[in-house]
Amino acid sequence: MHIMDGYLPLPHALAWTVVAAPFVVHSFGQVRRLQEKEPEKRLLLSAMGGYMFILTALKIPSVTGSCSHPTGTGLGALLIHPRVMPALGTVVLLFQAILLAHGGLTTLGANIFSMAVVGPWVAWGLYRALRKLNLPQEAAIIAAVALGDLATYVVSSFQLALAFPGSLLRFLGIFALTQVPIALAEGLLAVLLIEVLKKHFSQELKVLEALQ
Amino acid sequence: MKRPLLAYCLGLIVLLALPYFVARGADFSGADGIAQEALTKQGYTPWVEPLFNPPPEVASGLFAFQAALGGLALGFFLGRRARK
Repeated sequence: MHIMDGYLPLPHALAWTVVAAPFVVHSFGQVRRLQEKEPEKRLLLSAMGGYMFILTALKIPSVTGSCSHPTGTGLGALLIHPRVMPALGTVVLLFQAILLAHGGLTTLGANIFSMAVVGPWVAWGLYRALRKLNLPQEAAIIAAVALGDLATYVVSSFQLALAFPGSLLRFLGIFALTQVPIALAEGLLAVLLIEVLKKHFSQELKVLEALQ
Repeated sequence: MKRPLLAYCLGLIVLLALPYFVARGADFSGADGIAQEALTKQGYTPWVEPLFNPPPEVASGLFAFQAALGGLALGFFLGRRARK
């Protein structure tokens, strides 16, 4: 669940747009580089974009009695790189902001930062750290993807609390707490999808071994 | 199916079903809507409205369309590689 249109005061909306912009520009450059230098990864890139499209369209009930959707950014961050995720995230968030009144153009920067910058890097960094600690691969994937998902909503809560001081716990309760079971479910789904990919995509999955 | 995978599947099902038991009778409205309500109640007025705000029935169809596009991209990749 992204921050709603108009719900960040103008200075905050502008500031987050400025913060997110370089990541997005850099990311589209990375995507172009990937297409030129590693054309074999193009299909994987579009698959990860598709995965994100699916997951962010699914609103899932949570134990808090409200619902939210997973982010789908962790898997792409692990299988390709966190650097390409802001480009994919921008496409998803623009689609939802324009067609679905979900998120919004004024909060696009803030939402890109939480979902397509912080989430992917948390997942990627955590996966590497956990593998260094010799945690089995599947456990590392579950934890990394789940916490990357959760981190997105922790950041959203902080973004709102910055604009509305004194309400951090409230927003964490609304966004982050709701996200806990959904994030864990996304972690499990990522492992299952990787298992499906193993049969024909061993080449692409080698990166999971190398990454630590 | 390998045993841990079966456990993951079961875990996934439990996580998706659990809310209906834990939060029985809740309306499961969107977390963003709840935040929206909390802010409006404390006196905040949003300074812009979305340009296009589809009615709920239309929105659910558009969400389905979004998922369908995603499925197309994912399926294309899987199918194309699996054929080789």
